[in-house]
Amino acid sequence: MFIVEMQSITKRFGDLLANDHVNFELRKGEIHALLGENGAGKTTLMRVLYGLYHPDSGVIKVKDRPVVIHSPKDAIQLGIGMVTQHFALVPPLTVAENVVLGYQNSFVLNQAQIEESVAEAARRFGVEINPKAIVRHLSVGQRQRVEILKALYRNAEILILDEPTAVLIPQEVEALFETLNHLKQEGLSVVFISHKLHEVTQITDRITVLRDGRVVGTVNTTEVTQKEVAAMMVGRETFGVSRIDTDTSDPKPVLEIIDLCANDDKNLPVLKNISFAVSEGEILGIAGVGGNGQKELAETICGVRRPTAGKVLVEGQDVTGKSPSDLTRAGLGRIPEDRHEGMVIHLTVTENLVLEHLDEFTRNGMLDHKAIRQYADDLIQKFQIKAKPNDITRTLSGGNMQKVLLARVLARNPKVIIAPQPTRGLDIGATDYVRQQLLEQRQRGAAILLISEDLDEILALSDRIAVMYEGEIVGTLPASEATPERLGLLMSGAVKEH
Amino acid sequence: MEAKRFPYQLVKSNTPPLWMRPLIPVLILLTTFLITAGLILTAQANPFRAYYFFLISPLSSQVSFLEVLVKSTPLMLTGVAVTFAFATGYYNIGAEGQLYAGAIAAAWLGIVLGGVPAAIAIPLMIIGGFLAGMAWALIPALLKVRLAVDEVVTTLLMNSIMAYIVSAILNGPWRDPTSGWPQSPEIAENTMFFKLIPRSRLHFGFIVGIVAIAVLWFILTQTSFGLKMRAVGLGKPAAQFAGINVGRTTLLAALISGGIAGIAGVSEVAGIQYHLIGDLSANYGYTGVIIATLGGLNAIGVFVASLFFGLIDTGAQTVSRAMGVPVYLGQVTQAVMLLVALGMYLLQRYRIVRRA
Amino acid sequence: MEVFIVNLIAATFRVSTPIVLAAIGETYSERAGILNLGIEGIMYFGAFVGFLIADKSGSLWVGLLFAILAGVLFGLLMGFFTVTLGVNQHVSGLGITLLLSGLTLFMFRLFYGGRSTPPSIPSFQVIKVLPDNPILGPILSQYWLTYVTFLVIVPLAWWILYRTNFGLKIRSVGENPEAVDAAGVSVPAIRYAALGIGGGLMAAGGAFLSLFQLGAFTHGIISGRGWVAIAIVIFGNWQPIRVMLGGLIFGGTFALQLRLQAMGLQLPVPYETFLALPYIVTIIALVIAGRNASYPAALLKPYRRE
Repeated sequence: MFIVEMQSITKRFGDLLANDHVNFELRKGEIHALLGENGAGKTTLMRVLYGLYHPDSGVIKVKDRPVVIHSPKDAIQLGIGMVTQHFALVPPLTVAENVVLGYQNSFVLNQAQIEESVAEAARRFGVEINPKAIVRHLSVGQRQRVEILKALYRNAEILILDEPTAVLIPQEVEALFETLNHLKQEGLSVVFISHKLHEVTQITDRITVLRDGRVVGTVNTTEVTQKEVAAMMVGRETFGVSRIDTDTSDPKPVLEIIDLCANDDKNLPVLKNISFAVSEGEILGIAGVGGNGQKELAETICGVRRPTAGKVLVEGQDVTGKSPSDLTRAGLGRIPEDRHEGMVIHLTVTENLVLEHLDEFTRNGMLDHKAIRQYADDLIQKFQIKAKPNDITRTLSGGNMQKVLLARVLARNPKVIIAPQPTRGLDIGATDYVRQQLLEQRQRGAAILLISEDLDEILALSDRIAVMYEGEIVGTLPASEATPERLGLLMSGAVKEH
Repeated sequence: MEAKRFPYQLVKSNTPPLWMRPLIPVLILLTTFLITAGLILTAQANPFRAYYFFLISPLSSQVSFLEVLVKSTPLMLTGVAVTFAFATGYYNIGAEGQLYAGAIAAAWLGIVLGGVPAAIAIPLMIIGGFLAGMAWALIPALLKVRLAVDEVVTTLLMNSIMAYIVSAILNGPWRDPTSGWPQSPEIAENTMFFKLIPRSRLHFGFIVGIVAIAVLWFILTQTSFGLKMRAVGLGKPAAQFAGINVGRTTLLAALISGGIAGIAGVSEVAGIQYHLIGDLSANYGYTGVIIATLGGLNAIGVFVASLFFGLIDTGAQTVSRAMGVPVYLGQVTQAVMLLVALGMYLLQRYRIVRRA
Repeated sequence: MEVFIVNLIAATFRVSTPIVLAAIGETYSERAGILNLGIEGIMYFGAFVGFLIADKSGSLWVGLLFAILAGVLFGLLMGFFTVTLGVNQHVSGLGITLLLSGLTLFMFRLFYGGRSTPPSIPSFQVIKVLPDNPILGPILSQYWLTYVTFLVIVPLAWWILYRTNFGLKIRSVGENPEAVDAAGVSVPAIRYAALGIGGGLMAAGGAFLSLFQLGAFTHGIISGRGWVAIAIVIFGNWQPIRVMLGGLIFGGTFALQLRLQAMGLQLPVPYETFLALPYIVTIIALVIAGRNASYPAALLKPYRRE
């Protein structure tokens, strides 16, 4: 018996066909994977089911009854719960307050009573959490548990998990899987959105593969190999770009980080004595679960966060605490982590291309519009940016925005390149392009610091891999010795290797 | 779960249909006047006749047309002042107080520069007013840049403080000994702005306003400082990342903003009143916010909006005299126009489509 | 000296009442994520509408009721711009203030002409509690709305925000509207509700001045009290009880200034110094408190489902 049937769902965003006549069926009491690359339409389909998007056409049946789901409220009433990648939690509130938010209809909020009832629910569903804890103080794994509990508390029979393991360390993943298996036994149906093959084959009963907004097929997990599923997912045997080993017998360190410390926005230590060096023609990958200080590391090196101690050297020259413009001049190429915060998206492509080097295009305080235009035209052509010089940057696709940023940085042939999460949210074509560019820069002799939460990316590109955990480098391995298992242990903080 | 829904919905579209763009100002005007017509009716006047006096009559004679330009003079200056700040993402609502700071400087210089030739005295007054406005803008700007104190609240509070300073000056040391009114002594004749057209009220301040508009255009579009301002205004983190000194850019823009608002005060003292008085400004500082917003934070827009608001101010007086409709109709119309425009600009980013 | 202090305390509560009412109103709005700069205009309009209706109907109560209704209405209008249309909150709030001050002056001229002395009406009288006690007598002789403000409205605001499901939703939409939306609660509905309540309280604050304290309407009746209320909300860290304390500090400075004026002391500084003092104190308080202020995370951000 199907608890959910989605028939011929089509959802369009402007020119993008996110879901193209998608059929999806969920059985009662199964864990069903929605598998596909970024942008394949998995999340869109589930947002349709949860009432966050309205399909352009198609039919949804829940328990054999056709339904129209206008909003999450409708979805919740139908017994559907969703845990998104960005947790829908209110950080200053307690766990109990978060769980009952929007569900209690009584006017008075009795703190003792909700804490008791949330604790009771947590026991019943085997979710370990303290209802009185303030969500702000919880770890990512605990927050995810709050989200799951929230759905279960609302009597969800269908639980949608959107990339639930993306933010977890391997040990937390194990705990999550245990919880899910327990819930499955209780008769719950789970949709598990993922692009990680090994997890999908480990936990699910059936797999539906999406590619470019269409269903490629639905299979029983036990009847397929990982390789077959991978082929369904990408439609080609091999994918991506990868590094060719080069001989760097006499490495010359270009970027040196010595005992770097920094505080986070709440003034708590977030970087603890970080030291490493990146040599000419080398890619050093920084692996780690999100939120272990990677963002702050990039910000500190890039001059937008003040270090509290330590040094940053570029070719032996001390650039610690220098302003962003001084760093650029010293040969540091800085790709911002968040495209939307790294570029002024309401300015034109041209303006963003010259923003870092305004002095060079200024004569007596006045902008040299002709030179600026010439420069922009050149870069647009060289980096194959699909945009006109005067287009507002906001109107570009993610891939083209990233190309603008790469053009801005790489056009200068920087000695050092800081690349935090350079392919996050990009489609396959753009991802390949960015990785290819980084490898070319490595070939040219640049020292590249690649910070990524995508372990596959780290493994494919890095010469050496350092792992960050709670603001520290807990281990550094040459690429040849780095296996996902070893990295996983380091990323979880279980071991340290120096 | 099936419920009746409204059959039309708004759908976001990045580019408004081309045919709609020129229609938007027209729609704004029509909606605004439709709403204000209600007020005119409550004043028991005929809206059509009122609109004739409001919008057409001021343009039909030379005297009243020049009055429109006179009224638009301080608005150009405060509009430019606010635009400098807003374009940089600094919400200076303190132009009103900064205007009075400039006015105090002008009233003082207008007395001490008594014997100095006009060609020297007048530039000195303008510079003095600029510096005074700048000084008054400095406190909230520094609090913002150094201590991240919200500038909206501080600039508003500074306006109230300035009102008491002006009152203290006028009731104390500067109370005009000849008239006994709470007004400063008359400024020396050589420091008064000369008339552009004899026997009219149109004075040199209008030229200053035009120059301010030109400076705004030049800085915003032709200089690297202008690009830095816009980058900071449109995306602070990105501007900082690109190596722009956000604090310094913000501070500078805030000070220029205060300075130009100060010049507005000079222009009113030296061009119109010749005294410092308590109600020198008819909310010009606040109206500057409307003008900057309606003008889309660009020079041409600010120019057009100031002229139009000058017309509304003049027209409101004409309607008041001719038909007894309270003169505050002008202020109401301006505020309604702002709100209508805010709604409309947003609407043009949406299309209304029938639900599937 | 004792009389001076007793009178000062009594005046502090009286003078703080309109500020606290408005600041609690602003607290509701900002807790829901909307900075309502319409506050100054709504107070002004509330003061006028209250006065006008009381004058024409002969009932202060009807006047107060209409003032509050008008406040609710313009709070909701603020919602239309910032919630439904998602327009810049600074500009739309200021627009509403300018609209309402223009509208007030327009209507005032329409109904009362250009007379030089402000029209007046018999106002609400103070309630005398323990009139014979030399200390408590003067302090407890307050208007009923002062009692209601400090004994009902402030504690109620705390209770609603922290001890009801409605308050939980208000706090949540101001912090993370996505979470509220995902929980199946309408973000606009909560924000409109908070703005409506807020507007009503702001207008009541304005009406306190015209219907209780003055029994008259003057052009400068609000003179920046709305802006002070906004500063006090930041100072009070968006918590009703602390906001009330902030209001009392402002009221205390203001009352001190009034007492000093009333004593007719020959002071070495102009009396405007004392008028400006509360505003200066407010800025200083803002600088001190602002450093640790924890702004509602979603303040100033319009919410759109992608």
